[in-house]
Amino acid sequence: MTDIYTFVTGPLAWVAFGIFIIGSVYRLVSMYALAKAKDGSSLAYMSWFYGLRSILAWMVPFKSKGWQSDPLATVTTFVFHIAFLLVAVFLNAHVVLWDTAFGISIPSLPTYLGDIISILAIVCCAIFAYRRLTLPHVKGITRNQDWFALILVVLPFITGVLAYHQVGSVLVMTTLHVIFAELLIALIPFTRLSHALFILFTRAYMGSEFGGVRHANDW
Amino acid sequence: MSTIADRIVPDVGLEAGIAGLTTERIQEVVNQTLKGETGAKLKAYKETCMRCGLCSQGCHFYMSHDQDPSYSPVSKATETMYELIDKKGKVTPERIYQMAQIAFTECNLCKRCAHYCPVGIDIAYIMTMVRRICYLLDVVPQYIRDTAHSHSSTMNQMWIKDDEWIDSLQWQEDEARDEFPDLRIPLDKEGADVYYSVIGPEPKFRTQLIYQAAAIMNAAGIDWTMPSHPGWDNSDMCMYVGDFENMGRIKRAHYESAQKLRVKRIVMGECGHAFRSIYDMGNRWLGYKEMPVPVIHAIEFYWDLIQEGKIKITHKYEKPVTIQDPCNVIRGRGLMDKLRDVVHFLCEEVVEMTPNREHNYCCCAGGGVINCGPPFKNTRMEGNRVKADQLRNTGVKDIVIPCHNCHGGIEDIIGYYDLGMHGKFIGDIIYELMEKPEL
Ligand code: SF4
Ligand code: SF4
Ligand code: SF4
Repeated sequence: MTDIYTFVTGPLAWVAFGIFIIGSVYRLVSMYALAKAKDGSSLAYMSWFYGLRSILAWMVPFKSKGWQSDPLATVTTFVFHIAFLLVAVFLNAHVVLWDTAFGISIPSLPTYLGDIISILAIVCCAIFAYRRLTLPHVKGITRNQDWFALILVVLPFITGVLAYHQVGSVLVMTTLHVIFAELLIALIPFTRLSHALFILFTRAYMGSEFGGVRHANDW
Repeated sequence: MSTIADRIVPDVGLEAGIAGLTTERIQEVVNQTLKGETGAKLKAYKETCMRCGLCSQGCHFYMSHDQDPSYSPVSKATETMYELIDKKGKVTPERIYQMAQIAFTECNLCKRCAHYCPVGIDIAYIMTMVRRICYLLDVVPQYIRDTAHSHSSTMNQMWIKDDEWIDSLQWQEDEARDEFPDLRIPLDKEGADVYYSVIGPEPKFRTQLIYQAAAIMNAAGIDWTMPSHPGWDNSDMCMYVGDFENMGRIKRAHYESAQKLRVKRIVMGECGHAFRSIYDMGNRWLGYKEMPVPVIHAIEFYWDLIQEGKIKITHKYEKPVTIQDPCNVIRGRGLMDKLRDVVHFLCEEVVEMTPNREHNYCCCAGGGVINCGPPFKNTRMEGNRVKADQLRNTGVKDIVIPCHNCHGGIEDIIGYYDLGMHGKFIGDIIYELMEKPEL
């Protein structure tokens, strides 16, 4: 079992990061090439100023009409994404990994806080699932891919929390946690999670059209 | 919850269109169009849309149908374009009928939902491309198809013959000279400051608008002209049908007729969709990033005249008014402040609708939906209950509406919901209040 653990935290981790990085670069570059070939009349209007303005405006909770229209979804979305980033980067166990693998030392979250934030992320995923299951306007458009992405995201959190609370064998749980996390990282470019790559561009494009051409706010 | 299959509206154009279709033909056209005419934009939209449903409340159709999910923007995209992409076009002709009905009649391309989508998905663009596919498949509602045919045969929307156009202008000039003895409608005046352009329906059945515009130009001492040749019509239903080739032709004719006369700028009458065609869609199709001849909408023109003190009114309009913000010039071109300046200059009291400005609800006539004709009138009436509520809540009787389509749409809503209100163009009010010669 320890061998497996060493394998998943060693070579497999490199593979996962490799797929993530190469996959992301590939997807972004090929999308850009396609845009250049086919969307000239849109690309021409891309604007740094209006693009960034739109991105920033939408990062403010409850600023846009959309965020105002569904407070539960808004709070959940913001809490989840902040929790995800905090845990992924600053959880103390992860901080140790940054140090051993890359020699980067960054401050870490207090252990108890890391735990609370992880549980918060799981609760957010539960709310996302609740929306998909019960709200008619979300249920009707939900497809398997949407469920797959949600499950992919929640599994590392669940296994992480269980490992931390020593439910079941810590080694098995931690190994599972690492495997799920690697699966998540590797699949980001190829699933609905690819919004992490593309959303900056879709947002910036809408911002550019509204700001530069339509002279109106897009929030 | 309903589905599109529960609300099929019989339409000759759609029925005849699918009669000759086969799944193979559909596949061929869909895949050709997706490959040849769409790119990263559509691909990223489809993939990045998180199916969160936040856009739903942005759409007046969804809100007016008691939040029926089948009217939400993302549902309309899912039921049409996303399905075509997933199935690589392998759908039945009946399904194309349903998709055409959604894209042509259940979306006004108003882009209000853009204020609700965190990702920045442009549902109106997606619906435009669904229309494009339906057009290439020859499945288009009959009325709007006829209008587009008129554009492509006559370069105007209403099958107006070249001599009838000139006759209408001269007739209005003649009438107006009774009231304003010096008034002229100068035809083809080279180098004029202002080239005034209108939409096809004006010479056909809203000639008083040309009369009023001439009166205002005359009183303000503007060096202006109207063209005697095709290109005078700035409207564009080809854009909404998905007939981009003819959209390009008519926009080019419009710009070139102004260039031929070497005018300084084009001033458009009070129309929303025509303006969209000029700054957003027609120009792009032609490869013009900006407009080759400066074009301003009537709102901006009147605003300029007011700033320069060229509009003199005898008194302000006394009854309270509310303001309709037409999507294509407000959410489309940011004219909300100028519109308010103009209306406040002319009227004593303005009662705003909520929401307003760039968050206004569309009149439900836009995007060519009113042009789909009588078969789909109920779609518009039931689909815009929120607008009726919005109007009723202002408690006023007069609505300033600087857009032709909105006029049609809102007058219908006023009738259907028995609101007892009345729409006015800015030009109507200026004309009513302006100083006129004593005869
Ligand atoms: S009608 Fe307007 S709000 Fe509704 S889907 Fe179409 S563009 Fe969006
Ligand atoms: S709000 Fe945007 S991302 Fe969410 S479902 Fe609607 S179109 Fe998709
Ligand atoms: S008709 Fe008026 S409200 Fe409706 S889309 Fe056009 S501009 Fe908008």
